[in-house]
Amino acid sequence: MGRTLAEKVWDDHVVRRAEGEPDLLFIDLHLLHEVTSPQAFDGLRLAGRKVRRTDLTIATEDHNTPTLDIDKPIADPVSKVQLETLRKNAAEFGVRIHSLGDVEQGVVHVVGPQLGLTQPGTTVVCGDSHTSTHGAFGALAFGIGTSQVEHVLATQTLPLAPFRTMAITVEGELPEGVTAKDLILAIIAKIGTGGGQGYVLEYRGSAIRSLSMEARMTICNMSIEAGARAGMIAPDDTTFEYLKGRPHAPEGEDWDAAVAYWRTLTTDEDAVFDAEVFIDANSLTPFVTWGTNPGQGAPLGANVPNPEDFEDPQERIAAENALKYMGLEAGTPLREVSVDAVFVGSCTNGRIEDLRAAADILDGRQVAEGVRMLVVPGSVRVALQAVEEGLDKVFTAAGAEWRHAGCSMCLGMNPDQLAPGERCASTSNRNFEGRQGKGGRTHLVSPQVAAATAVLGRLASPSDLSDRVSVEA
Amino acid sequence: MEKFTTHTGRAVPLRRSNVDTDQIIPAHWLKKVTRSGFEDGLFEAWRKDEDFVLNRPERQGASVLVAGPEFGTGSSREHAVWALQNYGFQAVISSRFADIFRGNSLKNGLLTVVLPQETVERLWELVEADPAAEITVDLEAREVRAEGVTASFELDDNVRWRLLNGLDDISITLQNEGDIAAFEATRPSFKPRTLPVA
Repeated sequence: MGRTLAEKVWDDHVVRRAEGEPDLLFIDLHLLHEVTSPQAFDGLRLAGRKVRRTDLTIATEDHNTPTLDIDKPIADPVSKVQLETLRKNAAEFGVRIHSLGDVEQGVVHVVGPQLGLTQPGTTVVCGDSHTSTHGAFGALAFGIGTSQVEHVLATQTLPLAPFRTMAITVEGELPEGVTAKDLILAIIAKIGTGGGQGYVLEYRGSAIRSLSMEARMTICNMSIEAGARAGMIAPDDTTFEYLKGRPHAPEGEDWDAAVAYWRTLTTDEDAVFDAEVFIDANSLTPFVTWGTNPGQGAPLGANVPNPEDFEDPQERIAAENALKYMGLEAGTPLREVSVDAVFVGSCTNGRIEDLRAAADILDGRQVAEGVRMLVVPGSVRVALQAVEEGLDKVFTAAGAEWRHAGCSMCLGMNPDQLAPGERCASTSNRNFEGRQGKGGRTHLVSPQVAAATAVLGRLASPSDLSDRVSVEA
Repeated sequence: MEKFTTHTGRAVPLRRSNVDTDQIIPAHWLKKVTRSGFEDGLFEAWRKDEDFVLNRPERQGASVLVAGPEFGTGSSREHAVWALQNYGFQAVISSRFADIFRGNSLKNGLLTVVLPQETVERLWELVEADPAAEITVDLEAREVRAEGVTASFELDDNVRWRLLNGLDDISITLQNEGDIAAFEATRPSFKPRTLPVA
């Protein structure tokens, strides 16, 4: 019987297989950041162990880093200690690190792909659930806990329980103004936050094939929001073109050998998935979340749902709690929900195409009075590219704040946070209670919806903007 | 890792689904560089409400958490497990756990037990009616027992063996160091490296 893409990559990394034991898998690339690694390095020290493969390991600083005044000492003493701890550990164990101020610094899931380190058919791990991002290249990539970080540092392997496979087939064409973010939010709303549990998802179909690498990363990034072990997309010419010439992409004969191997990384015709989901791309519209988990979403044109309409008692209670926390009335049109803040950035939507999309809409327009908008590039490289294209000028002219690279307002670990009760349209990945700051309320949206929302001060899509300058939707 | 064989204790009923890791331990607590001292961060936002179940006097000293489905969804932070353990929980029962959280818990000796939702409901009713009611989580027998409830649960044999013996994963893997070296020797030269080849 044929094998799926995920099964092929898995099989190619089995170091040891024995009856009654989990498979031991080799890890090709281990990404580190400051939050989930300190206790792992401590563990190594206690046991007198070394990092087995420093040449397959790389660290960046992202979660704690401020996005203003990065040339000044870090104000929060606890954040400062955590960043210094990573620097000390990297020096002691010989791990490559890109610290704040370094041109390769940025959000770990933006940095790996842009360096060309994330490649098809590799296994990629990081102590970070959004490691699923790298699956866009046909890599088997997943988040791990700190105990596993220590295990990979010491052995470059992980014992892993078997997975099931789920095909998510998206046929058709995404309508104008509908993006990869809308698609993944719609997928999560359909299968639920636990729908992917135990599965590696493979996104397939004509709508997926026509997406850019950056859009594919947005999709795979949020696989974890459906509870999945990982998300993958088979590599194709789009993938190879993106990789060619990047600093760590293979060259010469190695490139040819690599591409020949990468071309084998597709699901066989006769392979069988454990589960299948079908989505019609043509039927999708801009999608936003109304609740406090990423599965609580709806088309922008819909109303805030009534909890009583949920049949499942757990979902009903969850919806009641969510509306209470979010300060929303059932039945309110989502387009009437006004916001205090807009955040464009994160490992989900902090890449150059995302910034271009937001800038396109803001060009010649103004952020609404009373709305604070933060635009945060996912990496220094993305920031430099944006400046070269003049996007920073578009943002600041519109009244948005142009910041330095980092995780920023995606999570409340650095100075960029919402105040209690503040409502934000955010291109990030989680709308959990307090995720963007204590008491903050998050609506997950695409960069296009974020920009249009900033202009109108309420949830909106570009098609709602009357003084259209350059974008149709 | 601490061994886990069997544990009996009073319980906290947490009637919520999708309890995400940001609720279990908010991000600002993740700046700590140790594995201890997270107990005050556990469910920090909800604990501000004095009626929150964890704040009730009759729940003090409880060591078994009985939670709604999709417990531990969200981030990979192992701090969520440490926070539960630092607070005093030895076991968590739910009908569904998020994968990464579950993996993290079992690597730290916090036993996460999957039971059908109707059994979880019975346990909720039992411990809500009688806060002194005890729940036994028996890993050797793979069984949860409480007054009127006996429910068996599944757990992978290998994981159970490691928990019962408190074994260190890394030491076990390094017993097969030869297999790792042999695999490394066969890796194609086009595979990426983060450092120049020495």
